[in-house]
Amino acid sequence: MFYREAGDFKTNYAADNQTFPIKIDRKGYYLVLAFAFLVVPFLINDYWANAILLPFLIYSIAAIGLNILVGYCGQVSLGTGGFMAVGAYACYKFMTGFPEINIFFHVLLSGGVTAFVCVLFGLPSLRIKGFYLAVATLAAQFFLVWLFNRVPWFYNYSASGQINAPERTVFGFPVTGPNTEAWAAYLFCLVFLVLSALIARNLTRGMAGRKWMAIRDMDIAAEIIGVNPLKAKISAFAVSGFFVGISGALFFALYLGAVEVGEVFGITKSFLVLFMIIIGGLGSIFGSFAGAAFLVLLPVVLKVVGVDMLGWPTDIVAHLQLVIVGGLIVVFLILEPHGLAQLWRVTKQKLRLWPFPH
Amino acid sequence: MKMKLATMAVTAVMAAAPAMADLVFPSLSYRTGPYAAGGIPFADGYADYFTLLNERDGGIGGVPTRLLECETGYNTEKGVECYESTKGEGALVYQPLSTGITYQLIPKTTTDGIPMHTMGYGRTSAANGEVFSHTFNYPGTYWNGASGAINYLLAENDGDLNGHKVALVYHNSAYGKEPIRTLEELQKKHGFELSLLPVDHPGQEQKSQWLQIRREKPDTVLMWGWGVMNQVAIQEAANIRFPMENFIGIWWSGAEHDVLSAGDKANGYKALTFHNVGRDFPIFADIQKHVVDTGKAAGAGDQVGNVLYNRGMYAAMLAAEAVKTAQEIHGVADINAAQMRDGMEALSITEEKMAGLGMPNFGPSFDVSCENHGGPGLVGVTQWDAASQTWSLISDFAATDMEVIGALIAEDSGAYAAENKIENACN
Repeated sequence: MFYREAGDFKTNYAADNQTFPIKIDRKGYYLVLAFAFLVVPFLINDYWANAILLPFLIYSIAAIGLNILVGYCGQVSLGTGGFMAVGAYACYKFMTGFPEINIFFHVLLSGGVTAFVCVLFGLPSLRIKGFYLAVATLAAQFFLVWLFNRVPWFYNYSASGQINAPERTVFGFPVTGPNTEAWAAYLFCLVFLVLSALIARNLTRGMAGRKWMAIRDMDIAAEIIGVNPLKAKISAFAVSGFFVGISGALFFALYLGAVEVGEVFGITKSFLVLFMIIIGGLGSIFGSFAGAAFLVLLPVVLKVVGVDMLGWPTDIVAHLQLVIVGGLIVVFLILEPHGLAQLWRVTKQKLRLWPFPH
Repeated sequence: MKMKLATMAVTAVMAAAPAMADLVFPSLSYRTGPYAAGGIPFADGYADYFTLLNERDGGIGGVPTRLLECETGYNTEKGVECYESTKGEGALVYQPLSTGITYQLIPKTTTDGIPMHTMGYGRTSAANGEVFSHTFNYPGTYWNGASGAINYLLAENDGDLNGHKVALVYHNSAYGKEPIRTLEELQKKHGFELSLLPVDHPGQEQKSQWLQIRREKPDTVLMWGWGVMNQVAIQEAANIRFPMENFIGIWWSGAEHDVLSAGDKANGYKALTFHNVGRDFPIFADIQKHVVDTGKAAGAGDQVGNVLYNRGMYAAMLAAEAVKTAQEIHGVADINAAQMRDGMEALSITEEKMAGLGMPNFGPSFDVSCENHGGPGLVGVTQWDAASQTWSLISDFAATDMEVIGALIAEDSGAYAAENKIENACN
């Protein structure tokens, strides 16, 4: 009924291979895009931007990046926080070192720097797999945080060891610093998210993505059919690092504005992004969005319901949140290992036949 | 059921809707996480003082106060969320009790025109009101603390620290790194040797640092710790039998819960302070009568009189006095954030005022001015007596080396002003 494919004929391969082959899906997608670009900027205020939308957009980019590495290529990584820190510090160094260049390019460049660092730490993946690789990336997490705390050059020798984002503008509108309007920061992040998602989607359904998935499913078989594991794994680390670096740069420059590496990019950040893709769905771009939205919104919703509406003590609500997130992860791993994305696929399948199932 | 829930939600929203006139004080507290041990008593003290004002005096100048508590967990992201969700409610002053959140809020509060009071923490150079128009850190800063500790050592060692070995054990964050510059300057001036021992968040792992202390045998160990790090450090010091009277913590490392776990071995441990300790003040009788006995105490109500409870109460008292000052200046009872800022800048705390509030000799007398947001920076020293389980003031509030600190403040705030193109706010 809702997902009627009857009459939706394709006459060429390009039309058949598009991201949203069903017309109603496609319409919905354009509607969401139009709403996000044309309506939300007029409605947004500081609270919605800083408490919900900016973290959602930025975590989505990080989740897409990690999903490429873990979900598509099967290389478990616990170094996301450290790689985000690379993006943040690279962005800071570019912002303070080359203030005349537009912040847009700084963010892209910090993605590039992170891709390079990520490749360096990805090299062991050629020899080690699974848990052992997770431990190796864990080392990256701790090493990078230690590095940014230890070497004063990274934070421009400031006495506090913090990095602060100076004001930078795009088309004359500030996007970083305290004078930023909520809509400017939101649109800036949204552009990066849409570009990242488009690139990720097109990479994962093309040759590169198929190679990654072949490696994920069985690396020896992939090698036999001619996939070069060196190129496939390293390219997955590079692409993943690029997105994670962009998200780290945005996280620092637009969202927080001041960052202390140990606190913001610690091991908890790595786990948070990993939980996002596990809950959202491994190996799915939509899952990255769903997971990020879920874990960003859940604490806010719990707080609004618990503290503001029911008037419970703040500490009880904070503890409850830990219990609920932990419980949900266990529930998802048992009941729906493919996450929210799979739930969405099943719903769509059901809706396609509704109200006359077989 | 759905209907019931919806009705409940609606009534809850209506109940939570703001009253006509009130003075809103957001409390960005943390009652969870590794720093909760310090966050809970401070938040309780802060809340109880405002409850007392509401119950006993009907608010400040006839306008009731309203406390908005928001849990940050000492986490900067949640701090931002709390700030954004409370600032629209007419918040008068922010006290985040976290140096990390302070750094984040300094530019935001300045743009939004809401004052922030970071009492004895945060960015020290915010003491320069010409640059930091909306940030206050009276009555003392970390740099006063560092200098106060060295002054105390000077007095103990007959004014000569040549060859004296000082080790600084610090939380490896913006907070812990604050005193380093000052200590380095003082090192040049007084000729002691300084070694730095960072401890990473959250601070449960300190074996290697204390092994180093055991090897180097410093004459004095200073500590800039918070949360669980304090307990662990004091326990480790006891384990290597470091003499406790040579171990001095900053004011965030000197509360009951920090020393109790080490038992008798913690006896003699010292900590700096900028306000008085203990329960021997008339105000506690009022708190007992109006807040605790009526069942309106914040949290579990078991923190009354603890060091950090007193500090939270002191912070609330200074905020309330600033409100009174603002009400006098502007002639309105229901003030806004901009008027609150004027009140904080014109705040004058005298011994008579404190005695009138039931807190005689609770803290130093001081005046805030447009140029000086940092107060006089008087630092006292307290010591722990494990037998009676009490802190007592062993060295009265004394002046610190403002010559060194003033130069550092001018340098650091000047750099911030240049970086952010800030005009002198006092002209």
